[in-house]
Formats: sequence, C-alpha cells, structure tokens
Amino acid sequence: MSILDIRGLTVEFPSRKDVFTASRNVNLSVDAGKILGVVGESGAGKSTVGNAVIGLLENPGRIAEGEIHLDGKRIDNLAAESMRKLRGKRIGMIFQDPLTSLDPLQTIEFQLVETIRLHLPLSKTEARAHAVDLLDQVGIPNPEERIAQYPHQFSGGMRQRVVIALALCADPEVVIADEPTTALDVSIQAQILKLMKRLCEEKNVAMVVITHDMGVIADLTDHVAVMYRGDLVEYGESKQVLGAPKHPYTQSLIAAVPRPDVKVHRFPQVDYIEGSAKPFKQIDIGTHWLGKARDYKSVDGPLLDVKDITMKFLTKDAWISKNRQYFTALDKVSFDIHAGETFGLVGESGSGKSTMARVITGLYHPAGGTAHFAGQELTSLKDKKQVLAMRRQMQMIFQDPFSSLNSRMRVRDIVAEPIKFHKLASTNSEVNQIVDDLLEHVGLGIAAAAKFPHEFSGGQRQRISIARALATRPRFLVCDEPTSALDVSIQAQILNLLKDLQDELGLTMLFISHDLAVIRQMCNRTGVMRHGQLLEVADTEDLFDKPQHAYTRELLSLMPSMDGLSRQNLEEELA
Amino acid sequence: MTDNTPTVSGSEASEAPRSAMARFLDSDLLHSFLSSKVTVLAAFTTVVLMLAALFAPLVAPFNPFDLAQISIMDARIPPIGMEWSDPRYLLGTDDQGRDLLSGILYGMRISLAVGFLSVAFAAVLGISLGLISGYVGGRTDAIIMRIAEVQLTFPAILLALLIDGIANGIFGNIDRETWAIWILTFSIGLSFWVQYARTVRGSTLVEKNKEYVQAARVIGIPAWIIMIRHVLPNVLGPVLVIATINLALAIITEATLSFLGVGVPSTQPSLGTLIRIGNDFLFSGEWWIAIFPGLALAILVLAVNLLGDWLRDALNPKLR
Repeated sequence: MSILDIRGLTVEFPSRKDVFTASRNVNLSVDAGKILGVVGESGAGKSTVGNAVIGLLENPGRIAEGEIHLDGKRIDNLAAESMRKLRGKRIGMIFQDPLTSLDPLQTIEFQLVETIRLHLPLSKTEARAHAVDLLDQVGIPNPEERIAQYPHQFSGGMRQRVVIALALCADPEVVIADEPTTALDVSIQAQILKLMKRLCEEKNVAMVVITHDMGVIADLTDHVAVMYRGDLVEYGESKQVLGAPKHPYTQSLIAAVPRPDVKVHRFPQVDYIEGSAKPFKQIDIGTHWLGKARDYKSVDGPLLDVKDITMKFLTKDAWISKNRQYFTALDKVSFDIHAGETFGLVGESGSGKSTMARVITGLYHPAGGTAHFAGQELTSLKDKKQVLAMRRQMQMIFQDPFSSLNSRMRVRDIVAEPIKFHKLASTNSEVNQIVDDLLEHVGLGIAAAAKFPHEFSGGQRQRISIARALATRPRFLVCDEPTSALDVSIQAQILNLLKDLQDELGLTMLFISHDLAVIRQMCNRTGVMRHGQLLEVADTEDLFDKPQHAYTRELLSLMPSMDGLSRQNLEEELA
Repeated sequence: MTDNTPTVSGSEASEAPRSAMARFLDSDLLHSFLSSKVTVLAAFTTVVLMLAALFAPLVAPFNPFDLAQISIMDARIPPIGMEWSDPRYLLGTDDQGRDLLSGILYGMRISLAVGFLSVAFAAVLGISLGLISGYVGGRTDAIIMRIAEVQLTFPAILLALLIDGIANGIFGNIDRETWAIWILTFSIGLSFWVQYARTVRGSTLVEKNKEYVQAARVIGIPAWIIMIRHVLPNVLGPVLVIATINLALAIITEATLSFLGVGVPSTQPSLGTLIRIGNDFLFSGEWWIAIFPGLALAILVLAVNLLGDWLRDALNPKLR
C-alpha cells in the first residue's frame, strides 16, 4: 500500500472577483522508497499540491474537494495543531532556496537539535549525536566541527544538504521537495540529486519531487505526474511517460527541452502552450526600416575583438590605495566574434560571464585590456557622438523579463524610446508605425502597444525586451541568459525567435548561458568560463565532442543526460 | 512559430486596452479603500474639512478679518446651549468678539495652506536630492547624506524656530502678514526634506540596479533622463505615504509654531494662533476659545493620519 495517497484533490483560491482553481481532481500516490516527480510549468499547480499535503496552503487557498491519506489515515481534515505535529515528524519538507530556508542567526547545531527534540524524545546530547550522524549521512565533511557553524559559513550546495538533514531529522515517512535544485549550479545539482536518491532508498522514504526540470525528472524519479494549468494530464512510470508520452502537452513539453546530445535547427513546433505568438506579419526586410540593420559597413576580421579584459570590483575600500581589496571578476579574457556568428559563453554562477557582457555594452569600465568593435576601440571612447553611435549598434537582452521593463511605461513608449532618442525616425506617426511593426515581428500584435508590462507573461515580456533591443537597428546583440527565467516551452519559442531574427537581419550575437544544452542549440563557437578566466574556446560541436579542458569535461559529465526523453517531433529538425 | 494554437491566456494579449478609469474602478487600491470603513470615514472627514476651509468665505457666517463685523461688545460669548449664549455665534466668540466657527474655518485655511505648501516644498527638495544621491552615488551621495544626518540631529521644531527667528531678524516686523506664511512654509519644509531624501535614495539604490535602468543605459540615454523618466516614477510610491503623514505633521508643526507666537500673526489667525489666544482664557472659565480650535485641529490631523496609514498598508505588498 502506498504511504501517501492523494485522491481527487481540488484546491481553490477564492479572490475578490472569482475563484481560481489551482489544482483540479488530482490523484497521486507514492510508495515507500520511491520517488514521485511532479512536473509542470509555472502556474501548473504543482507546488499547490505539495503545500496541500503539508497543510501549508497560502491564504486564502483551501482544499475544496478530495482527500489526502498518510499511511491509510486521512490527514487533510486534521486540526491545525495536529497537522503541525505531523509536519517535520512524519512529513519532511525541502525548499527551493537554501540561502533563505535556514535561520542565519542560529548555528546549524541549534536548528537541528531544536527540530529533533521537537519530534523525538531525546536528550540534548543524544539529539546532538543524532544531528552529527545526519550531517554525516548527507555528506557534510567533519560534521563534528561544522555543526557548530552558522549557515553563512556553508556554500549553497552544503546548505541544501543541511536542509535535507533537517527534513530527515525525525525519520519522516514522506519528504516533499519543492524545486530542490533549481537555485543550485549544475555541478552541485548532480550531487544533490544523487544524495536524495541514495537517502530515499536507504531510509525507505517516499519522496515527492516538485520541479519544472525534465532533466531532474529523468535522473531521479520512478514515477512522474505531468500537470498543466491545474490538471493532471499524464501520470505513470517515468520511463514510460518520458520515453513515449501520450498526452499532447507532455509531448510538446518534452520536445521543447534542449538536448545536450544533439543539435536541432529549430525547436519543434510547440503547440498546446501559451499561444501568445501571433503569426509574423510578413514584412519585406530588404526595404523595411528594420532591414537597414544590415547596411552597416562590413569589417575585415572579427566584429568584436576582446583582448586581455580585466575587471576588478572593490570589496574593501581604504584611504591608502594599496590597502584596498579587490575581487577579480575577469582575468585577462580574450576572444573574438565574427560577423554573423553566435558566440556562446558558458559557466556557473560567479564565473564572470555576465560581467563580460556588461563590459562589452559599456555598463562597466574594465580595469585593463581592450575591446575593438568594428575596428573601433570601445573602452577609450570619449567623444559623445561616437559613444552613441556605438551604443546604437550594440543592444542587450536581459535575464529577468520582470525587471528589465519599466513597469510605469506603456509598451509603446518602451519600444519607441530608443527610436526617438537616436532620432531614427522623423515623425511621430513613423515612430508609431515602426513600433507596431516591431511588436508584430516579435509575435506580439499591435494591441500590446497600449498596455503596461505587468499585463504580460514572462515570455511575452521577453518579446517586448527583444523588440526594444531591435529598435535601434543593432547589428550586435548581447543576450545575457535570455531564457533562464522562463519555462521550457516559452524558452523554445524565444530561442526560435532569436534564431529567426538572426537569419533575417544578419545579427551577430553573444549568447550567455549556464545551460550547456541551450548553448549547443544556439552557438557556433563557445567559450567556457570559470572564476573570471576563459578556459577554452572552440567550435560548439567540437567542444561537446572532444572537450579539451578538464573543467569542460566535468561540466559535460554533470549534465542531466535526457537519454530517456522521447525524440518524437525532433527527428526532422536534427542537424 | 507561424501556426501556434492560441489557448486560454493567449486571448488576453488581444484584449483591447482598458481605459484609465476602468482600470481604477477595478483596482485593488480602490477595493482596499472601500473595504475599510475607518478609512472611508477619514477620507470623508478630510474632504469635508478641506472643502469647508477652501470655501470658508461662503460657508462661514462671519469674516473674522473684517473689522466692521466684529464688536468688542460680543467678546467671550459662550457656545450655543450655555447660559448667556447668542444664537448668532454657534461656537461662541473669542476675546475680541470674533465668531469662533468662522475663525476656525478661516484658520484651517491657513493651516492647510501652510501644510500643503511645506509638504510640496519638502517633497520636491527631498526627492531631487535623494534621487541624485542614490543614482550618482560616490562623493555626491556622501555629501548630501552627511548634510541630511547633521540636520537630523536638530529637532524639526527647533530648526523651524531658528529659520523663523533669522527671517524675523532680517525682515523685521514690517509687512509681517504677507511674508509670515512663506517663511513658515519654508522653515517647516526645510526641516522635513530629509525623510523624503532618505526614502527616495534607498529606493533609487534598488531601482538603479534593475535591468530596465541598465537597458536604458545600453540604449545610451543620459543619466538625468534615466533619473526622471525611469527611476522617479518607480520610487514615488513610498513618497506618497510619507507626504500624507507629513501633511498632518506639518499642520501640527505650524500650529505649534503659531502657538509659540512665531507663526502667523494674530491678525490672520491659524488654528494654532486661535489655540494660543484661547490658552489665556482656559482657566478663567472661557474654555471654548481653546477647545474648539483644538478639536478641529485634532480631527483634521487624525483623519489625514488615518488616510496615510491606510495608504502605507495598501501600497506595501508585504502587509497584504
């Protein structure tokens, strides 16, 4: 019999105007020692299911229908106090962000012992011994010493291990992990997944892993439930669901996952997903305003030539210059990008890849080195006219579509601002026409112009961001993790859009990502960065087939394999 | 991308944009306002008092500045319902025979005028300095913030007294009626700017690192346009709250200064002046001369404060 049994769960969030149904008639069950994955995109209701199980639905959410059974006993109708006693003792919880799920003012020992003694009848010394034992089990070296430390003395991955230890400290029967590896780098993600799998088997715990990441599902779970807008659309053994998905949503979701092992020309048609993308209005690029982006005079050699760029951030100021302390974000980085190609920069967080983007676009001034763009030295540009001309040719697409648009401006004003500022059109009606064309071209439609950014979803906002970047008719586009804040299906749409625009307008791109699979789909050549240094630059296919640097090999080996994922719809796009 | 099937949320994109009025009528702000009875009452009181003050010449039974209308014979008449009261004077009269109700209405006018003007002055000064301080940073920031910190070591009322005193020294007593209000506004405004500057600076520090500001920089837009067009509208929320609460504070400060005799002259009585006049008679039995203006001041300030409190909660996403 299954330990956790969810029957017909419907969760509603009544609001002022109507009732929002976050999950509708969901049936799930988990056996001891097994891992169930709940996968879906944002707003699918997967976290709601997890929160309903532990009785922590956010106000004003309520279970409208259905039952939740833990080891045969119904728990969804328990009083708040008995539910509290259940939490932590019989149901453990692992949260997404290890940086905020531990109390920064208390030692690890205090937090573990407190939780253990709350649930188990142990003395302080026994509880401490148990805590040390737990830390050892989750793979923290020197647990005897480290237990006395504070959370900030642990790295992100180590902290997530502590959070796992906390979840396991009363030997719960069920552990619910909500996006347990989303905030972690890929190398740490692999370790944490391995740990979770091992503990689940050793301790015979039933685990529910909520995630948006198909790779996590493929690597970790025995069963998987696919949710879409509150509905459970497919449920079964992971191998079965991933290898031969039946529901069209699952099919398009799996088709949209970038594969690390193959390169596709375009992502297969993603149906069944947010239909924001209106058909392109066909415009004749040759004669259109936008097409003039191609008219820049061509350059001999690379379009962008970066040499020995060094960037330092002040970490400790002092009156005497030699006492100042710096953090070296970029350490003599050199590469070049040729006209028309997409150059990728890949690395984990803190590797300096975003800093590089900001140095190139002039947001940061480097401490040393040179950057030539179309034969012009960038870092020493003084003349205002030249700076503006340069800014026009080079635009940037940012990571977070929610902070990259000014929420107080209408979309029309956002997209028109660069056109007006650079005086790229003579009359207001001309500006409006260009804005309309741009919005159509990125797949949004003219009606978008009169709205404010908050009326759009993440993917639509990223389209606005792209329209704004195109509004100066650039020839060089810097994309700084343009899709890492987006759902996988939206990511596929945006990446397709970027590819289309590049073909059409002959854009050169610097594409920054932490995701090797995305890099493989997008980039002609790729550089691997770590700790501010560029370790290796190679043609992307060569980099994946025969990596030269040890770190590149390590990164590649840590990627979730995605082997089990269906290749349906993918065949005709294979390169 | 060409033949995407539109689904539920796709239809939202094609919806016609709603008018500003429709958006307001449907907004959470209006809803939160209407669902709080205290706030509606406070808003109603504030509006009534402000209208009464604004249209004082039409509403008030007498003009307290018109010497022809007042007679010393009518001095210190108690309010309606007491012995010796006079039906012409609803709330009684003061020591010079001026109708108290009219005095309060005209006085509130001056109190509110000084309040609004000084808040506007403080806000403009504080927002500009805070914006520059936060956006430019470095030495500029250090200088502006040190000035602000030094100013914070003086109580606002002391600063206002100081400025008022200096101004009196410069201008003397000539033509006091005309400039007294402006001096008062200037001194109250100057003692309140720090709060705006600090708040705006803090929000600016957050906003300037957001990607929309960087996007504007990548386009090449100069700093001052970014500050005004992009950062300013995004830092105004908390300023609105401070301004409302400061309005109440400014009215009180004005009343305090007038009470102490350094505010508006008694020929142009504000609420504070009326209270000061009444104070002399408080213990000789003529309590109404001080109590009624005091009550008017208390109700006005309380109503404005309640509005400010609601605004702070409504605009703060953490408390929702």
